[in-house]
Order: sequence, then C-alpha cells, then structure tokens
Amino acid sequence: MDNAIEVRTLVVERGKRTVLDGISCDIPAGSVTGLLGPSGSGKTTLIRAIVGVQIVRSGTVTVLGRPAGSAALRRELGYVTQAPSVYADLSVRENARYFAALRGLGSAEADRAITDVGLAGARNQLVGNLSGGQRSRASLACALIGDPKLLVLDEPTVGQDPVLRADLWTRFHELAAAGTTLLVSSHVMDEAGRCDRLLLVREGRLIGDDTPDAIRARSGTDDLEEAFLRLIRQLDEVGGVSEATAGPRAHATGGTA
Amino acid sequence: MSLHITLATAGRILRQLRHDRRTVALLLVVPALLLALLYFMYDGSGATFDRIALIMLGIFPFVIMFLVTSIAMLRERTSGTLERLLTTPLGKLDLLFGYGLAFGLAAALQGAVATGAAYWLLGLQTTGNAGLVVLIAVVNAVLGVALGLFCSAFARTEFQAVQFLPVVVVPQILLCGLFVPREQMVGWLEGISNALPLTYAVEALAQVGISADATATMWRDLVIVAGATVIALVLAAATLRRRTPLGVRIGQAQRAASRQPGHPYVHPGGRPGELRREGVRQGVDPRHRR
Repeated sequence: MDNAIEVRTLVVERGKRTVLDGISCDIPAGSVTGLLGPSGSGKTTLIRAIVGVQIVRSGTVTVLGRPAGSAALRRELGYVTQAPSVYADLSVRENARYFAALRGLGSAEADRAITDVGLAGARNQLVGNLSGGQRSRASLACALIGDPKLLVLDEPTVGQDPVLRADLWTRFHELAAAGTTLLVSSHVMDEAGRCDRLLLVREGRLIGDDTPDAIRARSGTDDLEEAFLRLIRQLDEVGGVSEATAGPRAHATGGTA
Repeated sequence: MSLHITLATAGRILRQLRHDRRTVALLLVVPALLLALLYFMYDGSGATFDRIALIMLGIFPFVIMFLVTSIAMLRERTSGTLERLLTTPLGKLDLLFGYGLAFGLAAALQGAVATGAAYWLLGLQTTGNAGLVVLIAVVNAVLGVALGLFCSAFARTEFQAVQFLPVVVVPQILLCGLFVPREQMVGWLEGISNALPLTYAVEALAQVGISADATATMWRDLVIVAGATVIALVLAAATLRRRTPLGVRIGQAQRAASRQPGHPYVHPGGRPGELRREGVRQGVDPRHRR
C-alpha cells in the first residue's frame, strides 16, 4: 500500500457555506505530511473527515484501504484534537491508562507513551494543574499508545517551547521511519520545512500539494512562508478571486498602526 | 460492546469522581442532612416523617445523579474527549453503560449512607426491609443517570444543562403523589403522572412502607422504572453520533491561553491562527501587499 490516505473530491458544507470545496489528495504511507493554512481555511474539517467524525456532502476518504470511520480503523488511528482532549480531573497516568485500556493495552504501554512526550516527571499530576503545553503533550501521549499506523495531530506543537518542539518533530520522524503515517496540521510556517510533504489549504481548496523543496522551486523562493504567499497571489491573479479583497482591509490597517 | 472497555470507562469515571473530594463529600452527606432537616420539621409526628423520608430516599439519588451525569456528559462533549473517544474502539454503549455503572455504584454508597442515617439516627420506621429501599434508590439513581445522558445532548452549556432539572425532574416530583394523592388529581393530570417513571419508584417505596414482604406491585413498579431507564439509554445512544457537522471549536481565548506568555510564537497584536511568523509581515494581509 503506497498511500495511507486518499481523498477524492471531498465536499463539506455547513449550512449554506462550503467548508471544503472538492479537495483531492494522497498522503503516502510512512511520511510526515504537514497540513498548513490560515485559521478557518478548513484544516480541522479535513482532519475530522479523515478520522471519520465529519459529516461530508460528497466525495470519498479512504484510510489504510478502508472508508474513513470504519470500525476496523479505530485500532489503527491515533487522533489529537486541537483542544487537548484529555480529562483535566485525572492525572496524566490515569488518562494514559484509560486510553491504553480502550485498545486492550496495559500500564507499561501507557507509561512508555508518557516518557516519549517528556512527561514522566509530571505523570502523577492532575492534567488540570499542568501548563497548556504540558496538557497538549499529555493529549499527544494518549494518541501514541499502541503504535497506531496513522497519527492525525491537529496543531500538536502549539504552546511548546522551541526545544520541546524540536524534540517532538524528531520523534515524529522516528515514528515515520518505523512506518507510521503522520498528518500534522499547523499554522506556523517554520514547521512546514520539517515535513516530508505539504498540503496547503486556503478557503476550503487545496492550493499546494508537494514536497517543501518542490514548493520552494515552483515559487522561486527559499522561504516557505513567502512561497505560500506567492502561490496565493498567483491564484488570485489567475482566478480573479474578487471577494477576497473585501474582508481583511481593516486588519491590514491595524497591522500598520 | 466490550465488557473490558465498559469496566475501564466506569473505572475512569469513578477515578475522576475520587479526585473531586468535595463532590464526593456532598454526594454522601447532603441527602442525610436533608433527611435530618425533615426530621426536625416534622418533630413529633413520626408517621408523616416516615412517609416523606421514605419517598425522599428515592427522590434524592434520582435528582442528584441526573444533575451530576448531565454535567459530566456535557463536559465530554465540550472538551473534545467524546469526539476522541468515538475514534477509538470504544462503543457508544460502552460509554453509556460505563456511566450507568459508575454512578450506580456511587448511588449505592450514597443510598446506604442516607438509608443508614434515616433508620439508625432519625428513627425511620417502615414495615418492609431497608435493603429494598436501597435497591429502589439505586435503580432510581440509574434512571437519573440515563435521563441525564439523554438530556445532555440538548444542552450546549452548563447553564442550559442545569435548566433541564426544572423541565425533566421537577414535574415528576410534583406529580408522583407526594404532594397530592394521585387518585385525587384531575383525570388528565393523573394520566401524565401515569406516564412518568418516578411515579412508579415512589409507589414502590410506599409498598415497602406498608408491607413486610416485597409485594408484586413493588416488583412490577421496579421493572417499569428499569424499563424506562433502558428506553432513556437507547435514546441517549441515538443522540451520540460518531459523525457530526461541527467539531469542538476551540475559542480564541482558550487558544491564547494555551500559548505560554513570553513564548516566541505569541503575538500580542496578531490574530490567533493567522498564518505568520515572529516579527515578519505580522498582521498584514498578503493580498494588500501587491
């Protein structure tokens, strides 16, 4: 199996608004793929469709050869939501043990995952008493338990100090080298360079799907953020996206003040 | 559904409860204190105290477990843990039965304390056995849990969840025969009363009050309450959807709080979630930089 995830013309609507507008992409197995785009671009919705909790209008999402959300996939998937979805009134260890138990695993696997995210020293603390960064690592630990084949992480590095972020990215690449597929969303562009592949999402459409090097080459700059901006500008000029100029004017004024 | 996962879930819920010592203390002590209040209110008229205290032993666990469960389940929904749980091998019924089991056990402990206090300290006298009172209290508590699980689906905030108490619980207390004997109600009111499960729990308790052995009416009433519990659990399962139109939205304030102060990626002036990097082009929309 070459692709861990295959998305075909995925459309998600919420009321009258189209949140994802015909997205198609492949995510190769054993890779770290970055899902990048501004807030509100549809990253979380795409992630929810992949883990099988999103109601979709049309299109297909195939995960590890099965339709997204299949019962058989629930053992193969580790999912970290954007808000740290762990129990604040349990200790780190109690959380990890519960998520281990759901996969039929014991405390050894739970403790290993806690050590992996660097929380061994805080394992008996209540999650509610941890800092924001520690809390999201506790949430990550619960997803790592049982070596899932696919890890879907929605902004896992928010609030982490730079050293820990580097450690986490090293860990992600170790997992990928061992065969795990990782899909990591971020809105911080300097994390993009750490990914094997990038998916750039804007306003519900995929505007880039390539390796970081290829995206740099295509846009003629080494700076990935600048590359993203050039891609957007090219699209706006070609497609003449007229409504795009209306909204954020006030914001631009605020930025110069 | 898996027994292992159901038990793990019940264990997790009890562990959450155990960390909240104040809630545990309130759960165990408050019903007994309220019974003591009744005792002093009806000072000297033992028969009235016996009748009302007996019924209260069934109503307290119902009300308290309804409230505790609806808040607990609402938290699962709003914190994102429910969405996450539904991507794991956990089945919907594992979660619902886990709640029923955990709070049923808590109710058994609560019922034992309250019933013990009523009989030994406050001199409650019933013709029937105190063990039956605890049994009915526990079944009632699980009914409260099941209704709480169901109602939490219709609340988006704690404020809304609490409002279901007057909607779902209070009418059952008013119409259960405690204030006005059911035979004296107007026909349509008695009809509504017949349709409410708490009515049968109260009747079952009254049977324990007047007869030495467990009566057929008491068992029939208990089966009705248990049946209502199952129906509420099935309805609650129907409200638990794996696929939903919208996930848990992390608020901007929450998001900002998750970034530690002084962190290099904190931008006091920038919009959370904006595509950006420290110090570079912050706050300037790319479309205005042509």
